[in-house]
Amino acid sequence: MSDVRIAVQEAEFDQNAEYRWLSENRSVGAATIFVGKVREMNLGDEVTSLYLEHYPAMTEKALREIVEEAEQRWDLQRISVIHRVGLLQTGDEIVLVGVSSAHRGDAYAANEFIMDYLKTRAPFWKKEQTNQGERWIESRDSDHQAADKW
Amino acid sequence: MIKVLFFAQTREIIGVASTEVGDEFQTAEQIRRHLAAQGERWALALQAGKLLVAVNQTLVPLESAVKSGDEIAFFPPVTGG
Repeated sequence: MSDVRIAVQEAEFDQNAEYRWLSENRSVGAATIFVGKVREMNLGDEVTSLYLEHYPAMTEKALREIVEEAEQRWDLQRISVIHRVGLLQTGDEIVLVGVSSAHRGDAYAANEFIMDYLKTRAPFWKKEQTNQGERWIESRDSDHQAADKW
Repeated sequence: MIKVLFFAQTREIIGVASTEVGDEFQTAEQIRRHLAAQGERWALALQAGKLLVAVNQTLVPLESAVKSGDEIAFFPPVTGG
């Protein structure tokens, strides 16, 4: 079994610290880190900030289930998932998924799988403030198609 | 009693974050219909379509069984990441 770190937090995260942890063992041959950020433009409007709501009792459980599914499918060493909640500004980092493995194929595939599943199964909701007012972000069909391909 | 939580737009439209219902309901869908009949805002927030439901913090189909003491949550499609 792999080592897993899951965090849901308001604070910023440190990519270097995650990389050091992911790649600590000599048996690691590959580490992938995905970082999602708050874009300045969405649907043609300028985004000033983003509020991330979640379902506290369910969030970590949902992330853990997604990670466990990835562990079943690929040969992984360490997995880190950090998702921020609360008020974020344009340019802020929202989410980090890090995966380490002996070979790059597993680290790449598992990382993308975790993000695709997170986008459709983890209970987070984004409300953005734009120059046109505030609005809840709608889920995208493309996200569901991405999750369905696994 | 069965506890019912609402999140994001669903919560905003209804205007409350949670409520409770009695033990007479067998499925999440029965609870959804019961609550949707409470008024216009409830009906709008709880339209079946894209609504998701979690029973005891796990995503499940609307027709899933519920029992006394469960925590049910209704919410729109998730948009994290």
